Amino acid sequence: MSSTTHPETRRHSILRWGGLLLAAAIWWALYLVNEPFWNWLIGGVFGLDLTSRLGSGVQFFFLDTVKIVLLLAGIIFIVTVLRSFMSVERTRALLGGKREGIGNVLAAGLGVVTPFCSCSAVPAFIGFVASGIPLGVTMSFLIASPLVNEVAIALLLGLFGIGPTLMYVAAGLVIAILAGYTIGRLKLERWVEPFVFETRLRGQVIDSTAGLTWDDRIQMGVEEVGSILRKIWPYLLIGIGLGAAIHGWAPEDFFATYAGADNPFAVLIAVAIGVPLYSNAAGILPLIDALYAKGMPMGTLLAFMMATVALSLPEMILLRRVLKPRLIAVFVSVTAIGIVAVGYLFNAIL
Amino acid sequence: MNIKILGSGCANCVNLEKAAKQAVADLGIEATFEKVTDYADIASYGIMRTPGLVVDDQVVLSGRVPTTAQVKELLAPLAG
Repeated sequence: MSSTTHPETRRHSILRWGGLLLAAAIWWALYLVNEPFWNWLIGGVFGLDLTSRLGSGVQFFFLDTVKIVLLLAGIIFIVTVLRSFMSVERTRALLGGKREGIGNVLAAGLGVVTPFCSCSAVPAFIGFVASGIPLGVTMSFLIASPLVNEVAIALLLGLFGIGPTLMYVAAGLVIAILAGYTIGRLKLERWVEPFVFETRLRGQVIDSTAGLTWDDRIQMGVEEVGSILRKIWPYLLIGIGLGAAIHGWAPEDFFATYAGADNPFAVLIAVAIGVPLYSNAAGILPLIDALYAKGMPMGTLLAFMMATVALSLPEMILLRRVLKPRLIAVFVSVTAIGIVAVGYLFNAIL
Repeated sequence: MNIKILGSGCANCVNLEKAAKQAVADLGIEATFEKVTDYADIASYGIMRTPGLVVDDQVVLSGRVPTTAQVKELLAPLAG
């Protein structure tokens, strides 16, 4: 490195890390003033009683919107930058030659940390299976990836703290491991569309995240925050709106009475509603926040969220390209049974 | 030069195609464009994250949408 470029690159790196630090400070300041600001504006300036129905509903709406957007921006940025060191290609290489069992555990873990979008589920499925990774191991990856996602983790952490977040992550991993293992044991390869096994992989595989600079990774983080927020804001607003309505208007013990821990069907019903529902964690969590405040148990709520994010009609339609309907039915049933079991377990131990 | 855009018609593929067409125009290269939307064909290139960019049957990029400048960097050495 020549003496003339050295100060340039140093200035550049000071600018980069200094800019990040400044952004983090601004983020933290906004997070801290969020609640006092809305209390002051809604309670002080507009004179609404924050304990009244209207006041608490309005406060919930604005407070939660800002809080959730801040949390999402922060966590998505961090996760995207960290994940830029991982890739689906590297994950596949790591899974190559692993036995079932250990392979399922590894696949579920990698499903959480690998950058992956459900729009790539089909090419990834073909790429995994055609390269010889067992069907069950591939399914563990495909179940864990949407189930334990950064949006859910960010929101659980912000709204409920570390305990429920860790529980959620652990439960998601266990479901993905066991569901994938079960599918593998059932030997359902005959229900995969035959062209998948016939696909010949040619050309050298390129690692989509190789050779990135810190600038690239930071830029990817910023872009990902923008693209996810653009994608989820309608779900978010509907979720927070419903949450605010429940918060302000639902009778205090309504949900506790009809969907409380002593209703043996509550988890089943929650999962049955959640499976076909297409939303994401950002739309579901504000609702869960409000329902929890109204006395619904955590196990039922987490099961509802898992069913919503892990299984959805659009995803099944997408997977139909590579899986025959029977295998899709098995995939949905096994995963749903796992989610129901986790819901009852959490309701029992919490 | 033959340029293939791999992807099933998601927003990313449209953006990649735009960037690639702009890069080709900027560089003044003669190129034919092709869209590969069939999943089996996409997967056969070894791509697991869409979109993918294939130049003369070589995968040069996958999994992200590059800027026009980045595509130009990729295409310029291959144009010769």
